[in-house]
Amino acid sequence: MSPVLSAKSLSKHFDGVVAAEAVTIAVAAGERVGLIGSNGAGKTTFVNLITGYLKPDAGAIELDGRDVTALGPREIERLGVARSFQIPQLCAEMNVLDNILVAAACGGEALSFWQPAHTAQTRERALALLERFALGAHAERRVAELPGGIRKLLDIAMSLTRRPRLLLLDEPTSGVSVEEKFPMMETVMAAIAGETHSEGTAVLFVEHDMEIVTRYASRVVAFYSGRVLADGAPATVLADADVRRHVTGGQI
Amino acid sequence: MKRTVWFGVSLVVIFLIAGLLLPKWLLFLCTMAAANGVVSLGIVLLMRGGVVSFGQGLVFAAGGYAAALLSNKLGVTDALLLTAAGGAAAVLMTAPFAVLLARYRGIFFAMLTLALSMVLYGVLVKMDALGGSDGFTMSRPTLLGMKIADAWSGYVLYSIAVVATGLLSIGARIYFDSSRGLVSLAIRENELRVEYLGASVTRVMAANFLLAAFLGGAGGALAIMALGHIEPNFSYWTTSGEFVFVAILAGHTGVLGAFAASFVLELVRSFSSSYFPNTWQMALGIFLLIVIRFFPRGLGSLIKK
Ligand SMILES: Nc1ncnc2c1ncn2[C@@H]1O[C@H](COP(=O)(O)OP(=O)(O)O)[C@@H](O)[C@H]1O
Ligand SMILES: [Mg+2]
Repeated sequence: MSPVLSAKSLSKHFDGVVAAEAVTIAVAAGERVGLIGSNGAGKTTFVNLITGYLKPDAGAIELDGRDVTALGPREIERLGVARSFQIPQLCAEMNVLDNILVAAACGGEALSFWQPAHTAQTRERALALLERFALGAHAERRVAELPGGIRKLLDIAMSLTRRPRLLLLDEPTSGVSVEEKFPMMETVMAAIAGETHSEGTAVLFVEHDMEIVTRYASRVVAFYSGRVLADGAPATVLADADVRRHVTGGQI
Repeated sequence: MKRTVWFGVSLVVIFLIAGLLLPKWLLFLCTMAAANGVVSLGIVLLMRGGVVSFGQGLVFAAGGYAAALLSNKLGVTDALLLTAAGGAAAVLMTAPFAVLLARYRGIFFAMLTLALSMVLYGVLVKMDALGGSDGFTMSRPTLLGMKIADAWSGYVLYSIAVVATGLLSIGARIYFDSSRGLVSLAIRENELRVEYLGASVTRVMAANFLLAAFLGGAGGALAIMALGHIEPNFSYWTTSGEFVFVAILAGHTGVLGAFAASFVLELVRSFSSSYFPNTWQMALGIFLLIVIRFFPRGLGSLIKK
């Protein structure tokens, strides 16, 4: 079986800064991959490359064995890849429900000129998704008025409207207090399981908290200055001497 | 959607009845307010996607000249047909630029549309076949195969404007409420996210531009039928400026605001131009400043759906 995602020696430099260098990662359906690495290690760049926002200087990206290196975010989304953002990307003036409706409409076949965005059916589906994220109570609230944690969850919920085959979460728990991190991750993972594909959505999540990584990842990839430092089972990677020196700094 | 149609049709009927009671000057004023209002409705539609055109005079003129020429040269005289033809002509004329313009935002979009309208203005002034800077006259249209009697012309032209703008407004409201309409609002706020969610921002913006062109062209046709005379000024930047004025006054929340604001403008124009002909634009400017200060989302935000 070919992997859902196969990144082959991706490189990306910004004016001499190495953001990715020969990054090779394959992800199979249903895998839960934790991406770790200090700030500036190239985790977001990797997500940007996979989703077509950035073009690699060298290397190739395949989805289900198909070369998608030249495609943009929209085409890649259409192939079943969704992402959330380190800084939530929402429509702040709209309410929570409308944000979900926007996401659902964008992912649909063709945008209708006359079919109402709000129908009993679209609302019901959107509310069900919001419930999975425990956001039902905020449905009618304007996004700009909501706290960061809620926005973070909404950002992730929007990326799930189309039941992606590959989901990339860029620091889903950043900006959230330590006590809230676990419940939040619990909610997100349960919601993903609820919206999942039969063969299982592959999830890549960027995370700084090693306890969360060990709890939710079946595999860990450690980045250091654009390179993959280690890739394997959580226990193995976190015990790696290089990872301890450059990434976790002796944590755990 | 059903509610929108019923609401729209009821309003049209109310205006048709009310028209019977209005004096002649007010009938004409309302006709022009409806014709110009539908052009501004096009700008409102664009504003929902986050852009403002400073060149809707372009489509206004395209629709007006097309209707006048169809009537004078080809003998097409039916008012409703001419309105639709005006809209279609404006779409045809702007279609080659739609995808290009859809990539621009803010002041760049505004200036490019302004430039296009001024190019058309320059061409029209130079075209002797179209009467140059004097323009030319168009005879009164017919309605459903019937000639319009002199005594009734004011009311019939008003009714045509009411029915045509009523239909276009119902269409606009349905569009605003559609999934595409909602995505337009999302583009205004976060284009990047919309692309990431799988929709083409460029395609939505290009379609909006063409829809606005249709509204502008239809408005131009309605205006020329009421005025009976067309000239290059239809495409001049001050004309475009008035449409923007009305759209900003209206705000992007709804459809009716555009007509309310357009009516206000026609009223101010007709009174001030007789009392202080040289300073009436200043009065408009001050009024706009007050609106922007106290109703940043436009007068339309006062009308709750
Ligand atoms: N668009 C960009 N332009 C210039 N430099 C960038 C850009 N994006 C990322 N970088 C640089 O690439 C490196 C990796 O950044 P990033 O992928 O955001 O790191 P991480 O998400 O792991 O913190 C950093 O040094 C950053 O400054
Ligand atoms: Mg990052």
